[in-house]
Amino acid sequence: MALQSLDITRRSATTTPSPSQRQTPEVAKLIDISKCIGCKACQAACMEWNDIRDVIGTNHGVLDNPMDLTENSWTVMRYSEVETDRGLEWLIRKDGCMHCTEPGCLKACPAPGAVVQYSNGIVDFHEENCIGCGYCITGCPFNIPRLSKKDSKVYKCTLCSDRVAVGLEPACAKTCPTGAIMFGTKVDMLHHAEGRVADLKSRGFAKAGIYDPHGVGGTHVIYVLQHADKPELYSGLPKDPSIGPLVELWKGAAKPVASLALAAIGVGALIHYVTKGPNEVSEEIEKEFKDEK
Amino acid sequence: MKNDSSTLLRFTAPERVNHWLVALNFFLLALSGLVYFQPLYYPLSYLFGGGVWARILHPFFGVVMIFLFGGMFFRFRKLSVMTPTDRAWLSHAREIVNGDERNLPESGKLNGGQKLMFWSLVTCMVLLILSGIVIWRAYFSFMFPVVVVRLAAVVHSVAGVIMIALIMGHIYLAIWTKESIGAMLYGRVRRAWAKQHHPAWYREITGGDK
Repeated sequence: MALQSLDITRRSATTTPSPSQRQTPEVAKLIDISKCIGCKACQAACMEWNDIRDVIGTNHGVLDNPMDLTENSWTVMRYSEVETDRGLEWLIRKDGCMHCTEPGCLKACPAPGAVVQYSNGIVDFHEENCIGCGYCITGCPFNIPRLSKKDSKVYKCTLCSDRVAVGLEPACAKTCPTGAIMFGTKVDMLHHAEGRVADLKSRGFAKAGIYDPHGVGGTHVIYVLQHADKPELYSGLPKDPSIGPLVELWKGAAKPVASLALAAIGVGALIHYVTKGPNEVSEEIEKEFKDEK
Repeated sequence: MKNDSSTLLRFTAPERVNHWLVALNFFLLALSGLVYFQPLYYPLSYLFGGGVWARILHPFFGVVMIFLFGGMFFRFRKLSVMTPTDRAWLSHAREIVNGDERNLPESGKLNGGQKLMFWSLVTCMVLLILSGIVIWRAYFSFMFPVVVVRLAAVVHSVAGVIMIALIMGHIYLAIWTKESIGAMLYGRVRRAWAKQHHPAWYREITGGDK
């Protein structure tokens, strides 16, 4: 859901410019995994601010709860125990929408204005325009949107677009007790992240780095990873995410090519009819049957 | 024409009814399906009560189509078997386009082009049904990995567009070839028409060699 309307960079299934008079600085949420203690305060804050409650699930014997993103849980902590050159490590990643600069959901969405991207980089779903086809799920490189069984609309993290619009930080960043979630302009967050990476490197994490994948044009949720060379260690964070050739074809070249081809058939048929005339029974055969009678 | 004993029965009443139900259903499917294909066609969703209704209805039209098109398949599959004569007929493409049927190999009840159309439609329909199940988000998509859903989305779009192109061709050829729409509407054609367009069928059905 969204409150802003003057600073839209892109709307789904819309070919004309969107209201974009107001320009806002590009923002980013920085999630520093090396500082996360897995307390889930961010999950609780997300539920509280957005006023949504997931059903009470069952214990699966692990800390992950709920086990996956849902239409009511827009962020979840994913816990993975991995063996690295440093021994056993507990890598805890706050999962949720990455707010891509090139959003696969927006590209795939066929409903005008159901997915919007603001000039500050936030990718937001406008559920009142959503038709429930789930194409955003097909288009997303991070497996984020969830279709509600209750209303057949999709939901995901809004990066608290409603809070950000009035100068507040997202609820998860506000509540994080260790400062693992920070919020600011993307430039500032990248600058801060570089400092964090240098610190981690000085403490023996030689492959520490920033996760801001270029395949989707960069994201507006960025991670500091201790092992940036192996993002898959963090509960399957994709190493090189992109919209991918199938979705590019489906929502790219296929559309104009198909419309032009169909138009060509229509025009071609008209020209054929006008130049060749109707295909009628020949006079000889008509005569043959007339004589018979 | 109906009571004119000199006309020939080309399509039986059940064949005609099946054909026109498929045609009606095709339009519902194509118009609702184009909605998700390109923003240009989104206004078509209003024909169905809005985008959400178009999304709900389209796959159910598809289920209806499985049965209706299945009927057409079983009625016409034997008639549509390609013969060497049909292939020879198709090789005269230039004359066919010019409407010059004097030197064509004699076609039977269906000509090579009609048979080619039949098998092309069958191929597209099979692809559309299979891929359509995969991208039916409400009931089936969660059973498949996202890569399969993406592939199915591409297959469904391409097959759908080819299907629309084939039907546009089919409709045009019916308009171009005079009296053939009547054959599908009322079932009967004049003897002269049969001899002109389907000479082998004409001889077969009249028993003569005229």
